[in-house]
Amino acid sequence: MNHDLIERKTGLMVALIIGVISLGGLVEILPLFSSEETTTPLAGLKPLPALELEGRDIYIREGCHVCHTQMVRPLRTETERYGHYSVAGESVYEHPFLWGSKRTGPDLARVGGRYSDDWQRAHLYNPRAVVPESTMPAFPWLFERQLDGGDTAAKMKALATVGVPYTDADMAGAQKAVQGHTEADALVAYLQQLGTLLSRR
Amino acid sequence: MTLFWSIFVTVVTLGTLLGSYWLLTATRKGEVKGGAELEKEHSFDGITELETPLPRWWYYLFIFTIVFSCGYLVLFPGLGNYPGVLGWTSTNQWEGEVAKAAERYNPLFERYRDTPLLALTEDRKAMRMGQRIFGNYCAQCHGSAAQGAHGFPNLRDHDWIWGNSAAQIQTSIRNGRQAAMPSWAAPLGEEGVTAMAQYVRSLSGAPHDAALAAEAAPKYAMFCVACHGPEGKGNVALGAPNLTDNIWLYGGAADQIAFTLRHGRNGQMPAHEGVLDDARIHLVAAYVLSLSEAASQPSGAMAAGQ
Repeated sequence: MNHDLIERKTGLMVALIIGVISLGGLVEILPLFSSEETTTPLAGLKPLPALELEGRDIYIREGCHVCHTQMVRPLRTETERYGHYSVAGESVYEHPFLWGSKRTGPDLARVGGRYSDDWQRAHLYNPRAVVPESTMPAFPWLFERQLDGGDTAAKMKALATVGVPYTDADMAGAQKAVQGHTEADALVAYLQQLGTLLSRR
Repeated sequence: MTLFWSIFVTVVTLGTLLGSYWLLTATRKGEVKGGAELEKEHSFDGITELETPLPRWWYYLFIFTIVFSCGYLVLFPGLGNYPGVLGWTSTNQWEGEVAKAAERYNPLFERYRDTPLLALTEDRKAMRMGQRIFGNYCAQCHGSAAQGAHGFPNLRDHDWIWGNSAAQIQTSIRNGRQAAMPSWAAPLGEEGVTAMAQYVRSLSGAPHDAALAAEAAPKYAMFCVACHGPEGKGNVALGAPNLTDNIWLYGGAADQIAFTLRHGRNGQMPAHEGVLDDARIHLVAAYVLSLSEAASQPSGAMAAGQ
C-alpha cells in the first residue's frame, strides 16, 4: 500500500486519525445512550428537591468533587468501607455527573445518614474541630451566606429540558423552599441524601 | 443492549481487529528488505526516510496482540451481548471477593461474639481489633483517641449519656441515638434562661450566682425535672445528661449553658446497623467499654449506668 498518499495529504490523515480514535468511543460510549441499564432511573429515584439542588450547586462551586469522588467501585475493599457499589440508575438525573476521578478525601457516594447534621455542620465550618487530623479546607462562609432562591426554579426548568422530571409544582414551590436557608443548610441537605436509595450492604 | 447495538458493537470491534491486521500486512508489502530509499526529496540534513520493514520481533508482537484480543473476546464479554465462555461480570467477581473475605475474616470476629463485653475488655487481641473498627467507623465524630469534641461525647470518661450496659452500648451503636432537648427560650424567657444557667452550674458545684440560681430552682422543678431528674442526675433512658458531674457535652460556661437552654440540643448518633454486623458491633462495644475507666472496676461497671 502506498502510505505516501496519507503522509502527503494532511487533511486525509486527520480524517483517518479521527476515525481510528473514535472507534473506542463508538463501541464503549455510544451504546450506553440507549441502554436500558444506564437510562432507566433506579426504583424510587426522584429529582433533587429545591434545597438539595442548591446544595449540589454549592458542592460544585466549592469544588468538593475535586477531592471527593461519588463513585463506589465494585471492589470489596470499597464496598466494605462505603457501602453498596454505585449503579448507573442512580445517576440518571445527574447533569453533570459528579463521579470524580481523584480521592484526596473519602468517597461521598453513600455519605447520606452516615454522620449527623450537627457533625456535617461542625465539619464544614472547621474540619479540625471534629477530625484533628483532617486536611480538608474550612468553609465558614457557607454559614454566613443566605440563599434567596431566585434562580432555583430556572435551574429546575433547565434540568427538565434534559429529562429530569421536575413538575410545575416543584418549580412553583422552589423559591419558598430555599429562601432564608444558609448555603450550609443546602449543602448539608444535599450531602445527607447522597446514596441513601440503595442500602449500604 | 438491544440486538442492533449488540451487532453494532460486534461489527465495530471485529472490524477494528481485522483492520489492524490488514494495516499491518498491507504496509509490510511495500517495504523492501535492506532499506531502499523511499524518496530522494525525503531527505533532511542528510537523513533520509527508508522503507525498512518492521523488525520481525516487532511485527510478531503486533500479530500476538491481535491473537490475544481474539482469545480475550472468546473468554470475556466484549462482543455485544455475548457473555463470554467464562461468564465473567464485574458483579459476580465482586460477589466472589466478598464471599471469600467473609469466609476468611468473619470467623475472626464471630469467635468473640459470645464472650461478655466486660471479659472482652481484658482480651488484648480483641481490643486491638475493636480499636481498628473504632478508627474506621467511630473516630470521625468521637475522635481517634475517643476524646470526643464539642457536641460529640468523650468516651474515655465515666459519664454515659445513654448507659453503659452491654445492651445499652450495643443499642447506641446499632440503632443510633437521637437526643431531644427542646428550646426553653419561650417558657423561661431571656432572664429565666440566664438564671437557669446559674442553677445548672450550681448542680455540679461550679462557681455560680446563688441568688439567680435560687430564683431558677422552682422552674427547674417545673420544666427540667422530667428528663434530668429532681437532683439533676439525668436519665439514661432518655439520653438526658447528668448535670451534677461537671462533664459538659456542649460546654459548661454560663453562656454555653444559656445557649443550650435557648436553642435546645438535638444531638444525633447515626445508626450503624447497615454498616457493621453484629459480631463487629459486639467487639467495638467492648472496646468502647474498655476505654472508660469503669471497665477497670468490674464490680460497679455494669451497675454504674443504671
